[in-house]
Amino acid sequence: MKIQSARDLESARREGLIKIQPGRPRIGVGTSSCGIAVGGMALYERMKKIIQDEYPDISLVKTGCIGFCKEEPIVSVSIPGKSLVLLHKVQPDDAERIISLAMEGRVPQELALCKIQDWDHITGSLVHGGGFDGIKDYDEIPFFANQKKIILRNCGLINPEDIMEYIGTGGYFPAFKAITSMEPEAVIEEVKRSGLRGRGGAGFPAGIKWEITKKASGEEKYIVCNADEGDPGAYMNRNEMESDPHMLLEGMLIGAYAMGVHEGLIYIRAEYPLAIERLITALDQARSLGLLGKNILNSGFDFDIQIATGAGAFVCGESTALAASIEGKTGRPRIRPPRLTEKGIFGRPTDLNNVETWCNVPVIIAKGASWFSSVGAKGNTGTKVFSLVGKVDNVGMVEVPLGTSLNTIIFDIGNGGAQGRRVKAVQTGGPSGGCIPVRLFDTPVDYESLNKVGTMMGSGGLVVMDEDTNMADIARYFISFASGESCGKCVPCREGLKHMLLILNRLIAGKGTVKDLNLLKELSETVQKTSLCGLGQTAPNPVLTTMQYFKEEYDELLEA
Amino acid sequence: MDERTLDEIIERYPYPSGRTLGILREVQIKEKHIPMDTLKLVSEKLDTPLSDLFSLVTFYSFFSLKPVGEHLITVCMGTPCHVKGAEKILQSIQEHLGLSGDSSDGKYLETTPDNKFTVEIARCFGACSMAPVLHVDGDLYGYVTPEKIPEILTRYGWKR
Repeated sequence: MKIQSARDLESARREGLIKIQPGRPRIGVGTSSCGIAVGGMALYERMKKIIQDEYPDISLVKTGCIGFCKEEPIVSVSIPGKSLVLLHKVQPDDAERIISLAMEGRVPQELALCKIQDWDHITGSLVHGGGFDGIKDYDEIPFFANQKKIILRNCGLINPEDIMEYIGTGGYFPAFKAITSMEPEAVIEEVKRSGLRGRGGAGFPAGIKWEITKKASGEEKYIVCNADEGDPGAYMNRNEMESDPHMLLEGMLIGAYAMGVHEGLIYIRAEYPLAIERLITALDQARSLGLLGKNILNSGFDFDIQIATGAGAFVCGESTALAASIEGKTGRPRIRPPRLTEKGIFGRPTDLNNVETWCNVPVIIAKGASWFSSVGAKGNTGTKVFSLVGKVDNVGMVEVPLGTSLNTIIFDIGNGGAQGRRVKAVQTGGPSGGCIPVRLFDTPVDYESLNKVGTMMGSGGLVVMDEDTNMADIARYFISFASGESCGKCVPCREGLKHMLLILNRLIAGKGTVKDLNLLKELSETVQKTSLCGLGQTAPNPVLTTMQYFKEEYDELLEA
Repeated sequence: MDERTLDEIIERYPYPSGRTLGILREVQIKEKHIPMDTLKLVSEKLDTPLSDLFSLVTFYSFFSLKPVGEHLITVCMGTPCHVKGAEKILQSIQEHLGLSGDSSDGKYLETTPDNKFTVEIARCFGACSMAPVLHVDGDLYGYVTPEKIPEILTRYGWKR
């Protein structure tokens, strides 16, 4: 069946809703990569067998990840008319009990993490119901209470392998609205007014990039999703694609319509097999419903998306290197301009946006630019997803309005150091970012404030370090990373980083001198100023920030 | 890899964008490395100079020209894994398997003499919440400690 009218879409939505709330118990097992690794798939298989044999009245689905990684495997139990209950740290041996209790309209209390009475999917909302008085509310769990889920609106709650569930939460309605009732220019205007900035880290206004691509000369153009999430410590994009792939496809569809582009590409890391698999499933389903392909929604508009895989090169996050990689070349950046919007893949104008940038688009169209810009801070609208990892108690996927302080993220949501250890610093922005000491944790997380303290937003990895972490070792780790990933094209990056690494090795071996420290600083500034692309220009940041904020740790290393 | 298998892979890539790397990725996954014969065959079929393909498989870390042992262990060296002791995990694996290679320059791939295990390191799997992590033949293990290494290795036929 192809969706060709508002009526078709509405009937698909009803069909999807029945899957999410089937009028009988429904159990969802969190099966993203991390959920699977801690036993999620074994649990799902066990439940499947029990249900097939004994309880055919129970609906069982795979869901994505709700982001509370520390508590996985997480299972959701939905009893008709009652709150949705999240169970945590569920083991395969719990399967039988969860199922038999669900048949009686109950849940195992001791496994309950919290309950959800109603949920705002942003593009729609769902009321689950009440009951389960002894179980805490979702909002009473500090990890959840301080978050605002816009991008992660469906993650962990719907089946990512079933397009009908996405439509059931109001998905593809924004695309329908844009394509059937808005002029392409009006869509761009809406995205511009929303203030949405690039979530890959640089923060360039998305709507303006779209406008430039639309105006670029040339009939054939590309839009591309950068899903080559290469920052070590960042896995937001993987989770977004594994848990809710259609929000990405819908965002790209709306963007393609606005820019008048017919070919889309998702450039994804080869290291994400499950995300690739779920995207392929999602693409097939979208095509079969006529949401991709020829004459989408009977509007005469054609658009399709292909997947291009990366192959493990950090530098391919740089736009011109990424374009070269898609063309089947080694990913070495070239001088800009011309920018990709002018001369991109195979010489055609190309719009490149990060996964999360695209995922915001359906929401902006559904709720309007004013709604979107009311979230976050001035000039930094909307939310951002972070992977809160390292030596923090509550590791997980965290979404907060831009402008939220590091204190809120690391102490209120993350509950401070793991095992009661004292938090010392946090690394933002991966190898391009810097280490911020705990005394600056009142810094609001927005593009400009992070730059001011010597780091950057980056794609969203927040690696927490505690009193046991040696900061010079961290600096060496990042320089070793950047040096290994340097493409070798320009001298400052290729040679400069190598020598920075040698100096750091010398210092850490206790053989360094004050002269070495001065040289390290000077070399850092030279590499920053003279490298060809962002990799080299930002690679010294971890060294410079640790030298600035943790100078005593370097001094301690000096030869007596 | 036989010609027919390769043809089937190539058929899945009708579009130029992402084609070459996509094909090489499938060869790598299937063969666990890129055999030189297959690379020559790809070169003929795609009408691309072998030197270009050689430069690709040596530039991108996902590819390896060296064959690997029966089981492939990949230790993640991402930042969260690093701060949570990934180096000790690698050391422990090396000790148990009697390997001694150096990984300080960010590259490492070593196979046991009986060809049973190959150990390599990777930049980041994006499974950071469970740091430190490692893969064995694609199975992900999280919250790994040096003490857990013997048990993991035993599952893949390692004997003390």
